[in-house]
Amino acid sequence: MDRFRMIFQYFQSNSESVMNGICGLLALASVKMYTCFDFSCPCLPQYNMAYGLGIMFVPPVILFLCGLILNRQSLVMLDEWRRPQGHRKKDLAVIRYMCSSIVQRAMVAPVIWIIVTLLDGKCLICAFSGSMDPEKFVGFANVTPVQVEQLLAKVPCKDDELVRNNTSRKAVSRYLRCWSQALGWSILLILIVAAFLARWLRPCFNQATLLQARHWSNYIDIEQKIFEETCCEHSRLFAHKCILHFFESMRQEIKLHSFNLPRQGERDEGEEDLLRGITDQDQVNKLLKTWYYDKPPLDVS
Amino acid sequence: MDKFRMIFQFFQSNQESFMNGICGIMALASTQMYSAFDFNCPCLPRYNMAYGLGILLVPPFILFLLGFVLNNNISMLAEEWRRPQGQRGKDPSVLRYMFCSMAQRAMIAPAVWVSVTLLDGKCITCAFCTSVPVETLGNASHPLLSQGEIQRVLARIPCKEIYNGQELIASEVAIRYLRCISQALGWCFVLLMTTLAFLVRSLRPCFSQAAFLKSRYWSHYIDIERKLFDETCAEHARSFAKVCIQQFFEGMSTDLVAARCHLPRKASEDAGEASKKLLGITDQGTMNIALKSWHRCKPPLHLHPPALPSGNGWAGEGQPPVHLSTPRRETAAYYSLV
Repeated sequence: MDRFRMIFQYFQSNSESVMNGICGLLALASVKMYTCFDFSCPCLPQYNMAYGLGIMFVPPVILFLCGLILNRQSLVMLDEWRRPQGHRKKDLAVIRYMCSSIVQRAMVAPVIWIIVTLLDGKCLICAFSGSMDPEKFVGFANVTPVQVEQLLAKVPCKDDELVRNNTSRKAVSRYLRCWSQALGWSILLILIVAAFLARWLRPCFNQATLLQARHWSNYIDIEQKIFEETCCEHSRLFAHKCILHFFESMRQEIKLHSFNLPRQGERDEGEEDLLRGITDQDQVNKLLKTWYYDKPPLDVS
Repeated sequence: MDKFRMIFQFFQSNQESFMNGICGIMALASTQMYSAFDFNCPCLPRYNMAYGLGILLVPPFILFLLGFVLNNNISMLAEEWRRPQGQRGKDPSVLRYMFCSMAQRAMIAPAVWVSVTLLDGKCITCAFCTSVPVETLGNASHPLLSQGEIQRVLARIPCKEIYNGQELIASEVAIRYLRCISQALGWCFVLLMTTLAFLVRSLRPCFSQAAFLKSRYWSHYIDIERKLFDETCAEHARSFAKVCIQQFFEGMSTDLVAARCHLPRKASEDAGEASKKLLGITDQGTMNIALKSWHRCKPPLHLHPPALPSGNGWAGEGQPPVHLSTPRRETAAYYSLV
């Protein structure tokens, strides 16, 4: 329990850690999903390409959208982008920074899915076995075109009677797998080089603006959290007061409570302070509306 | 639980320990990746060499760059390199130290991959099966086989189920031969790496140990300073938000008189505490200027002396002491960095 609490606290310590944690979990989930998924190529001429490319590209889109949805900061960013200006200016650099950090984190799981798919090879073999040139492979050279198409489409299915012990099937499979793995490693290499260059070269451009954008995006996140906490506290006290008023109005019938009044009155005083003078539904509604339409300026002097 | 917490705290204690932890994890990850990876030799004449050497050399390069990318110090190094001089001098030996220590840690996972690959043998077998010496190991004088045909047959050696050149050279013999060479190379590589590491560690104190200690100290300092700055900014943002929201609620309340009368004790305590933490920076413009100067013009490494005590108990005499003691500098003047 203690261990989990510590790990939990470490990740909760700031919002960036939370997002990194979610990003890592999604990446692990995508690898697990791929290993659990039972890939079964249809081995029919028209369907192979659709199935193979579908499995390669549709789950990444789903994972990308999941990454955007699970990230709290995307809502905060949208809020900041769409709010009316009011007393507080909008800083486009902050919005751009938040957007780029959200998109970067959301891209990790889809990229991992694609790379694992390519390194495994089944998708590409399924999708492109029908497009192979039969002349290159001995077993398919002296066969009619229609039959060749059928045979090539059956290459991904090892247990089919037509191609079970066909050495050319193995040659085609091996050839496609080699290309698939080469493509996977190349994509991984390109991405890592890009990440390295981005990390190395970023301080060379506009470091001061970056520090500011990062600080204010963190600030917006903290402010939103504290506002929600304050509102929760307020609504709790509001409800408490409301219920107390209700019981007070029933006072004549509940004579037993009368000697409790002074003590409750004192507690009332302290809590009323925390209500900060906002004591009815219309006032609360007005407060929430103003928070959205007219955020206060960043000046507490 | 306690042990786990201690280990966790130990790794978090400074950036170097943290990086050692990451380095170890990456080395383990590289062995795991190799065993999970399904090696699939194409068994075609020109593709074999490309595939085999590719698998031997491309993942180590990826792991090396990944070691840099995962290291937070890289942006710190780039920042320190590119910042304007301002009031604080730049010391190239500190930058060199940081770069060397990052590069050393990043080299471990690639070295592990290369050793594991060579010791396993599949890559070398795949890459060099067409260069097996058929004259010594097999039956070179096989009639009616052109050079190209021989190459095609030899290329299928790693793929046992499609190999059809038993008369030319037994696949077992060739695979054993190539594997033996690969393992010898692997062990030599491991020996070489270990010897290098040993020499570097044992000979370094013989050369400029004092300069080394200085560089190490200042590189730790830069790391700690950056972390503390980020923490201070986060705390400032939190206090700023609290006070801002407090003022917002107060401004919204229609019952202004009631709010002022009560003057909430708890709320004002909170606000007082939060205002103190604001360190005098109370609006967006000032904060932006503070962040900009942090980058453009870092403060000098020279802490101000504490203020002189004024009038220490000489009220009765009416005469100040003859000589005021010079302010004791509690901080060592490490401005040799400049």
